[in-house]
Amino acid sequence: MSGKFVVGYDGSESSQRALEFAVDRSQAQGGTIVLAHVLEWSPYSFLTPNELEERHKRREEELHRAETAIMTTVVKDLRDKGVTVETVIKYGNIPELLAKIAKDCGAIQIVIGRSGHSNLGARVFGSVAGALVQSAPVPCTIVP
Amino acid sequence: MNHMHRKNFHAAIAAAGLLMASAPAYAQSVDEKVNQIFASSTGWFVNLIFSNFPGTSFPWIVAWLVVGATVFTLYFGFVQFRAIGHSIALVKGDYSDPDDAGEVSHFQALATALSGTVGLGNIAGVAVAVSIGGPGATFWMILAGLMGMASKFTECTLGVKYRNEYPDGRVSGGPMYYLTKGFAERGLPGGKVLAVLFSIFCILGALGGGNMFQANQAHQQISGIVGAYPGWITGIIFAVVVFAVIVGGLKSIARVTEKVVPFMGILYVGTALIIILMNADQIGWAFGQIFAGAFTGLGVAGGMVGALIQGFKRAAFSNEAGVGSAAIAHSAVRTKEPITEGYVSLLEPFIDTVVICTMTALVIIITGQLVAGPDGNYLLNEAGTAIQTVGGTSGVGLTSAAFGSAISWFPFVLAIAVVLFAFSTMISWSYYGLKAWTYLFGEGETTELVFKVIFCVFVVIGAAANLGPVIDFSDAAIFAMAVVNIIGLYALMPIVKRELNSYVSRLKSGEIKKFE
Repeated sequence: MSGKFVVGYDGSESSQRALEFAVDRSQAQGGTIVLAHVLEWSPYSFLTPNELEERHKRREEELHRAETAIMTTVVKDLRDKGVTVETVIKYGNIPELLAKIAKDCGAIQIVIGRSGHSNLGARVFGSVAGALVQSAPVPCTIVP
Repeated sequence: MNHMHRKNFHAAIAAAGLLMASAPAYAQSVDEKVNQIFASSTGWFVNLIFSNFPGTSFPWIVAWLVVGATVFTLYFGFVQFRAIGHSIALVKGDYSDPDDAGEVSHFQALATALSGTVGLGNIAGVAVAVSIGGPGATFWMILAGLMGMASKFTECTLGVKYRNEYPDGRVSGGPMYYLTKGFAERGLPGGKVLAVLFSIFCILGALGGGNMFQANQAHQQISGIVGAYPGWITGIIFAVVVFAVIVGGLKSIARVTEKVVPFMGILYVGTALIIILMNADQIGWAFGQIFAGAFTGLGVAGGMVGALIQGFKRAAFSNEAGVGSAAIAHSAVRTKEPITEGYVSLLEPFIDTVVICTMTALVIIITGQLVAGPDGNYLLNEAGTAIQTVGGTSGVGLTSAAFGSAISWFPFVLAIAVVLFAFSTMISWSYYGLKAWTYLFGEGETTELVFKVIFCVFVVIGAAANLGPVIDFSDAAIFAMAVVNIIGLYALMPIVKRELNSYVSRLKSGEIKKFE
């Protein structure tokens, strides 16, 4: 059975492991990879007037940086290996958007890594993995 | 510590003691001198702005604002009452394209504009209005707030429509841009002159109401808690922090303030509500005082007109509707429809004046801070300039006493809130002032630095001067902005009307619809 694997990817080691896992599975099954990078963003945050003025400029810079620093090399490596890969870069809430991307592209699975330690921050604010498991529209694999 | 060292140490302590003993006398004279120079150099400007109509005691500037707000309210068919549901939907993001995430949202533009307006006007300004104009000033203040929503709607729509989008991706707008571009588009003369005038007044307003008044009242609050000390000390501390943020680019301080200020605003309104509910049996009486006072004055100096003038003045000073400052803050929003930001911005005077200012006024009235005589009319203080208050307080002190009479520890929270509000307002106005400054003198690091340094110097002057001359100058400068801005709004309101009609018809036809 073929299908799309959405991988939450931010360049970190754990997301690297998630990607490797997804690539193995997709090659075994003959599927493709959707590399999703979400920049954490809330439209309800507070900015200074100066930040408002520069927001559009910063956004362009952030998108450019995400494209060049995080996506370009890994996409090239994957394509060299013969993996079919598409990329998505979006702003917003990470688990919400991963779920949405999976739904929009008709993915069969979401794969993400986890940072590994359950720190106090994750307990108080919740973790991406925890939130995604609750809301994912498709099966979700969390790679340790 | 050996003998020699100990001797030096004692000498140092003695010297420090001597210095401290002489410091207050020296400091007092510095404060007085600052005050004298300030009052004498700004007096003519204040007199010009606040001169009365010949043969009356009605300042023309108040009429100017009221007439402006009324004209916009009628011209746009009471848009502020009809569109408020749509405004809230816009702020919630119902009409925002998800692909625009990461850009400035309606909520963010509104929140930033609010943090510039919610501040001492809501706490100190209202206290001044109620103590001079009596409870009736509250009625006129609320009315001015409701009408002002239409002024804000007009100016913020124009702010977005005629903003500048630079090649490097920065976005900035404001009255100076819509005055020039908008007038040119309509083929009207004088846009450039008005824009220059606006910029000059905006710089003065930034230094006055956006800076000195804030520093002054913050100092009053701090010295009310830790005991009297010279104002220039607060001034220097504030100036250093402001300098660190606007020149040093110390984002962390600004970011903390931006996060704490909304929380403080909610805490303030929440506490006011609790105090009002604690005195629930008095609510009817308080509103009775407000309505009776609005039309009779209840023996207040100046009677009904006095109440009206104070109410309108403080409302305008607090929500800045018609002043043009908000158009600068709102203009960076991401939207294809300038009118949407107009809808959003009309919530600003509502939150600022109709909600927050009214809370302050109700708490002052309901806790019985104003002293009434046996005939029910209010007694005047010795100077005959304001109503006698229980502790002889005025400005922030009056609000603080009112909250403190119900919740004894709240003045401390209020002091922190005032300092933070003052700070966030200063940061906002330093930006407004800077935009006006760069409009006049061009962009560039040196010119911008010059303004920022001047801004910091005025923090010190504001903290050291007395309230009287500072508040007069602050009002005068901000109202001078409104003179120029409202002329521009009259000239450009047909453009806003066209935008409004086109948008409403597309909304009705379903061409513009909500995103899921």
